[in-house]
Amino acid sequence: MAKITYIENNGNTHTVEVAEGLTVMEGAVQNNIPGIDGDCGGGMACATCHVYVKDEWFDKINKKSEGEDDMIDQAYEPNKLSRLSCQIEVTTNIDGLIVHLPEKQL
Amino acid sequence: MIKTDALIIGAGPTGLFTAHQLKIIGLNCEIVDNLDKAGGQCIELYPDKPIYDIPAVPECSGEELTNNLLAQIKPFNIGFHLNERVDEVKKIENNWEVKTNRGKVFLTPNVIIAGGVGSFEPRKFAPKECEKFEDKSIFYAVKNKKLFENKTISIFGGGDSALDWAVEFSKTSKVNLIHRREEFRGAQATVDKVLQLKKEGKIELFTKYQFKSVKGVDKLESIEIKNDDDKIVELKTDIVLGFFGLIMQLGPIANWGLNLDKKTIEVDTEKFETNQKGIYAVGDICNYPGKLKLILSGFHEGALAARACFKLARPNEKYRFEFTTSSKTIKNRLGVKSD
Repeated sequence: MAKITYIENNGNTHTVEVAEGLTVMEGAVQNNIPGIDGDCGGGMACATCHVYVKDEWFDKINKKSEGEDDMIDQAYEPNKLSRLSCQIEVTTNIDGLIVHLPEKQL
Repeated sequence: MIKTDALIIGAGPTGLFTAHQLKIIGLNCEIVDNLDKAGGQCIELYPDKPIYDIPAVPECSGEELTNNLLAQIKPFNIGFHLNERVDEVKKIENNWEVKTNRGKVFLTPNVIIAGGVGSFEPRKFAPKECEKFEDKSIFYAVKNKKLFENKTISIFGGGDSALDWAVEFSKTSKVNLIHRREEFRGAQATVDKVLQLKKEGKIELFTKYQFKSVKGVDKLESIEIKNDDDKIVELKTDIVLGFFGLIMQLGPIANWGLNLDKKTIEVDTEKFETNQKGIYAVGDICNYPGKLKLILSGFHEGALAARACFKLARPNEKYRFEFTTSSKTIKNRLGVKSD
């Protein structure tokens, strides 16, 4: 298990335990955290699980997948800390990860 | 007004195969789609990406799958209504009256929603002030090229649309091309062309910049763009074009009184009917215990929904199950010779 904190755009904070092997997107969806849609189910075919990774964590999580940046181009208000949370693998190494959620996904 | 046995909303793979199933059992149908061509997500999101899980098709692209499905329904006369979005659905006695955003009206006992993840709409610039310039000086598609001649045009995006239009408009206008990173996802040949035009001074390139704000009271005067280090550049511009891809929204379907679960529609697994009699949902947009968002599941769901339509479209007839291999009636409908 890894503890992951999702901070909504309005400041609401949700800290949950997510099982290894899931993705950060799945951790949010399974725990009904608002602000992450994951419309395509994790196939990197939409950009509705967009998050901003807290800067000190950005280099500690797994690297971007091929084509991920192409999808992020189409996300709402991307920046240099943007990731698609369906591409962030949950391992014990990311215990304590903090991600910020955009104002909206669509 | 167009009367039909069934109206299909969505011309993606599920909608196309559902049409096939309706025609095979002798019902007529019409298809409406908000996009300008059939194929849905397969064409819009991944035309070139290979798909490996269509039964009996080891590998095909989204475009090939769509073309094959279109070929499969070619024997039939099916009305396609592209570039139209269904806005309103109203019960009139035993029928549904369905209106599109272009004022077309259908009367049908059966509405099959094969809407994928909703209708595709362009992603727009975030600031609210952009709305008042929309379709005047801020655009998300190019419809009339003449409007874009001899102007200063700022184009946002890194895909083929942004690159192609930057190249095209650089012939007659001053073009700024702005993209959030250095890599472009468009075709390499077009990227090379853009870089060449930049060298020749015909396109001004701003990479690692994004849209910030718009200035102007009645008329758009300039825009501000900002990079990752918060450096701001002001660009005088007549026209702004945004190509950030498409987003999918449930749209008006949300207001039809259907039981929804997030962005999906709840159905039973016998008829794939919603809580409204005669309205069905199939493919990615439907939801039931165990639902898999696979194209093959959409085919199954469409086949069953089509049989359910028969009851409402032909209340005085009995549906008889037949195989395409042996049924003369079906072969006649397909226009093939029977043995």
